[in-house]
Amino acid sequence: MKLTLKIWRQKDAKSTGKFVTYPIDNISPNCSFLEMLDLLNEQLILQGQDPVVFDHDCREGICGMCSLYINGRPHGPDDAVTACQLHMRKFKDGETIIIEPWRAKPFPVIKDLMVDRTAFDKIIQEGGYISVNTGGSAEANSILINKINSELAMDAAACIGCGACVAACKNASAMLFVSAKVSQFALLPQGQVEANERVKKMVKKMDELGFGNCTNTYACEAECPKLISRSNIARLNREFMVAKVLG
Amino acid sequence: MAFLGIFLMIFLVVHLGINLCLLRSDGGAWFTAAAHFMGTNYVIKVFEVILMGGFVLHILIGIILQIQNWMARPVRYKVINKTYTPFMSKYMIYTGGIVLVFLIIHFMNFYFIKLGWISTTLISEGEPDFYNIARALFMQPFYSLLYIVLFIALGFHLNHAFQAAWQTLGVNHPQYDNCIHWFGTLYAIIIPLGFIIIPVYFLFIQ
Repeated sequence: MKLTLKIWRQKDAKSTGKFVTYPIDNISPNCSFLEMLDLLNEQLILQGQDPVVFDHDCREGICGMCSLYINGRPHGPDDAVTACQLHMRKFKDGETIIIEPWRAKPFPVIKDLMVDRTAFDKIIQEGGYISVNTGGSAEANSILINKINSELAMDAAACIGCGACVAACKNASAMLFVSAKVSQFALLPQGQVEANERVKKMVKKMDELGFGNCTNTYACEAECPKLISRSNIARLNREFMVAKVLG
Repeated sequence: MAFLGIFLMIFLVVHLGINLCLLRSDGGAWFTAAAHFMGTNYVIKVFEVILMGGFVLHILIGIILQIQNWMARPVRYKVINKTYTPFMSKYMIYTGGIVLVFLIIHFMNFYFIKLGWISTTLISEGEPDFYNIARALFMQPFYSLLYIVLFIALGFHLNHAFQAAWQTLGVNHPQYDNCIHWFGTLYAIIIPLGFIIIPVYFLFIQ
């Protein structure tokens, strides 16, 4: 495949970035999107140029590190995948691909396509945990959990914190991420003890960090590589209202 | 936003009920009686204050949230987002703005007259004759056309607003989601259509 890449290049957080066009040839349709960028970087290094910086880690679609806004969609044109699981066969030969970093005030660009997602860690630090000493392995059936709730909690826990929800949302809202992190505890008995404090603190931190507000467009759900459901956002809203009323 | 939105949606049903009295060929007897009741009943007067507060808060909060949302993405994408989202969900601030324009016109034509802030020559039994004020307005094709266009915008606003309000209030369940969605769509069609019938009646039928 022969492609034209328009990539956002930005020296550091303080610099003004710009798009730079790179032609690339001999790309296999079976290549992953990140492998295609690796090939481009090899080419750039051989030419003595600065390679394109982009986040990646596991390349198995489970770490949530890749964060590319490709042709107007977070993680590109395929559904329910991260950019590392996106293959070049999803593009046409000769196509121009525009690659941008996630755009949100709480996700400043570090360099080129890499953004700082510490904001998510800060939200987790506010309450995305259960503060008990678990000791040794407990007997599995000592706390009974109904099957539906355990499945829903597991679905919520599938969130890899990649930030595609924020990147897709027209308001750069982090509601889907926060709702998944609240839901995975709210649905289980172990999460009940700190439920009220957790939801209030996490929502407060989310607002402080400058994420936008949810206007229920559901772009987050449509772009989530782990198919986190909007029903989690409704659960977050319920949890938040109950916590506010009960204090 | 959601609580206030639902409150305003209930009010719209009441308002439509009164407006539909205009369609009776009774020289405005029913409509005048309804307007008199709404203008003089003490319970309604209390609700009127709550309603005005509801409108002001809904508009103010909407504007504040929108500004925050714009500020949350100071650097825009070069490629416009191609994610599939319900069409009207993206334009709530704009359809809301159009409805606000209508509200201002509506207040100038009716509510400020009721409050005595604007005078009218159409008076019946010592009170403003709202039936003839409405009739005179609807007989003007430009006003009627504007009224119809503005109510179509309200329909678009309501189409997203109804189901979004329930989602914000945490009402979301696989068993009821479809029901809420379809009821919302029906509401967003029937209510504006009910209002639109009135200028059509005055322009073409009466």
